[in-house]
Amino acid sequence: MSRTLAQKVWDAHVVRRAEGEPDLLYIDLHLLHEVTSPQAFDGLRLAGRAVRRPDLTIATEDHNTPTDNLLTIADPVSRTQIETLRKNCAEFGVKLHPLGDPQQGVVHVMGPQQGLTQPGMTIVCGDSHTSTHGAFGSLAFGIGTSEVEHVLATQTLPQALPKQMAVTVTGELPPGVSAKDLILALITQEGTGGGRGYVVEYRGPAIEKLSMEGRMTVSNMSIEWGAKAGLIAPDETTFAWLKGRTFAPQGQAWDDAVAYWKTLPTDSGAVFDKEVFLDASALTPFVTWGTNPGQGASLDSVVPDPESFGTESERAAARRAVEYMDLTPGTALRDVNVDVVFVGSCTNGRLEDLRTAADVLRGRKVADGVRMLVVPGSAAVREQAEEEGLHEVFTAAGAEWRFAGCSMCLGMNPDTLQPGQRSASTSNRNFEGRQGKGGRTHLVSPAVAAATAVTGHLSAPADLDAVGAR
Amino acid sequence: MEKFTVHTGTAVPLRRSNVDTDQIIPAVYLKRVTRTGFEDGLFSAWREDPSFVLNNPAYAGASILVAGPEFGTGSSREHAVWALNDYGFRVVVSPRYGDIFRGNSLKQGLLTVELPQAAVETLWDLVEADPATSIEVDLVAREVRAGGHTWAFALDDFSRWRLLEGLDDIGLTLRHADAITEFESHRPAFGVLVG
Ligand code: SF4
Repeated sequence: MSRTLAQKVWDAHVVRRAEGEPDLLYIDLHLLHEVTSPQAFDGLRLAGRAVRRPDLTIATEDHNTPTDNLLTIADPVSRTQIETLRKNCAEFGVKLHPLGDPQQGVVHVMGPQQGLTQPGMTIVCGDSHTSTHGAFGSLAFGIGTSEVEHVLATQTLPQALPKQMAVTVTGELPPGVSAKDLILALITQEGTGGGRGYVVEYRGPAIEKLSMEGRMTVSNMSIEWGAKAGLIAPDETTFAWLKGRTFAPQGQAWDDAVAYWKTLPTDSGAVFDKEVFLDASALTPFVTWGTNPGQGASLDSVVPDPESFGTESERAAARRAVEYMDLTPGTALRDVNVDVVFVGSCTNGRLEDLRTAADVLRGRKVADGVRMLVVPGSAAVREQAEEEGLHEVFTAAGAEWRFAGCSMCLGMNPDTLQPGQRSASTSNRNFEGRQGKGGRTHLVSPAVAAATAVTGHLSAPADLDAVGAR
Repeated sequence: MEKFTVHTGTAVPLRRSNVDTDQIIPAVYLKRVTRTGFEDGLFSAWREDPSFVLNNPAYAGASILVAGPEFGTGSSREHAVWALNDYGFRVVVSPRYGDIFRGNSLKQGLLTVELPQAAVETLWDLVEADPATSIEVDLVAREVRAGGHTWAFALDDFSRWRLLEGLDDIGLTLRHADAITEFESHRPAFGVLVG
């Protein structure tokens, strides 16, 4: 029978199937970080259980870590959480990349860069952006702390097979339009609940042309429209990216693996429960104006009128969002001034993202009164960026070059917005207070972030050339 | 986990949609390493507003939260469920939930009932007119009853059975330890080994 990519990965991991019960799925890789694991380890201890497969489990420190130094975690509560992870990993024999380790970084950057994430795997983490790893054709999804404990104890998870959706992105992205614009536009089109209950497969020519970094950006934000996971079929781009990485198979094992991975893409006759289409060639740089990732618009447009939405619940949400964001309907999005620009996170904190931002900033200055933070997604990304001299571009422009971590993606570490401050951020969530209490977030691509830093208001790189010509 | 059969209580009307888990409990409360005591973090940003519904003394002691669609979207933080539980909620009613939140809630004995928007509106009207309105949430019959109305809700048999029996997932899975070991014996050789 014809099957989808997700079905193939699923079927290859069913440990037990029984009528009326969820399937018991085997988990190939379990990623841990300090925030969602302490209570899970505690549960193991209370029940006298061990970690079943420490060799399939790996941890990093990211959410609470400072990005201005590698030594001191000033907040005692953050420090306790980090120390708890260290203690737990030591006690249960789990490998950890602590602050200062060359492989430390945001969990969803750290895994792929070491070659831990591979096609056809099942991957979980107590973190909703685990969907990132789907870019390699793995079935990867976020879980809660009880499930973290369950995977630690059993290396399996009871799961009901979700419905399948295909998102076909036709055409070609115009120059200056990136994977981030694509996914923001898709979420606005489908709404924050549009993917709920589905495992999504992104496909079509525009997806195939994306780099692995771009694919990870797309898969990363699957959860922002409610999808359980977001897969992309593995292809030559995937294999080329993986080859030679620390945990990638080698020699004969590599050939065997590639042969297997090539069997994974969706069969031509496979049926999806739902299909969605997006035309990439019609896209422009895209930004959010509201307080959920589905409240977005083309940078060329204006803050919408809340009364223009179709349903009362959308209108109410838009009214509240516009008020929280302190925006006036009808204002051109390009006229929205920002205080802070953040380039980083598991959505856009990879080398390619930093290169894009640096290309825009080279020879330019961050506008007066604007603070720009550039935070590599991992220590390894930071090191590579420095080898290329990107840090010099950032510091010459007046941006802050930081150490790796989640940083301003969420208000849990010292990097936060002050109440009332407005940011252009390459992260994934513009929820109220996400970047710090009272902070206002506009989600943008790395190119838009960098151009915005230069002008001080939401801008695309093309606007800078226009300014220069004036 | 405590068994859940029939729960009778009063409700808080939360007339908002897209209540993401960052609103249910902001990130600063996630730094704790304990599993209880999260009630102070529940909706903490909104609770600073004196007119926020949870601050209305008429709804003190309510154990059912009635919210708009897309409740619990966003971050996977199970702390959102713990905070609702610790505050004293046993049931949430909404037309739609974020998937991870829903899964977490059912594992922690917090019954997340899905009712159509119209039913949610009726419940809002009922409890706004009279905060003491008694609402009965019956998992055995899969029904919500209030003010003379009865609404049926769907919940898969397996989740329902686990809630009714108060069963712990890990214990259930470990009954199949042999099947796990057998599966492990034929995993492909190129599977990643971290250690
Ligand atoms: S960078 Fe942001 S979204 Fe990604 S894991 Fe960290 S906090 Fe979560």
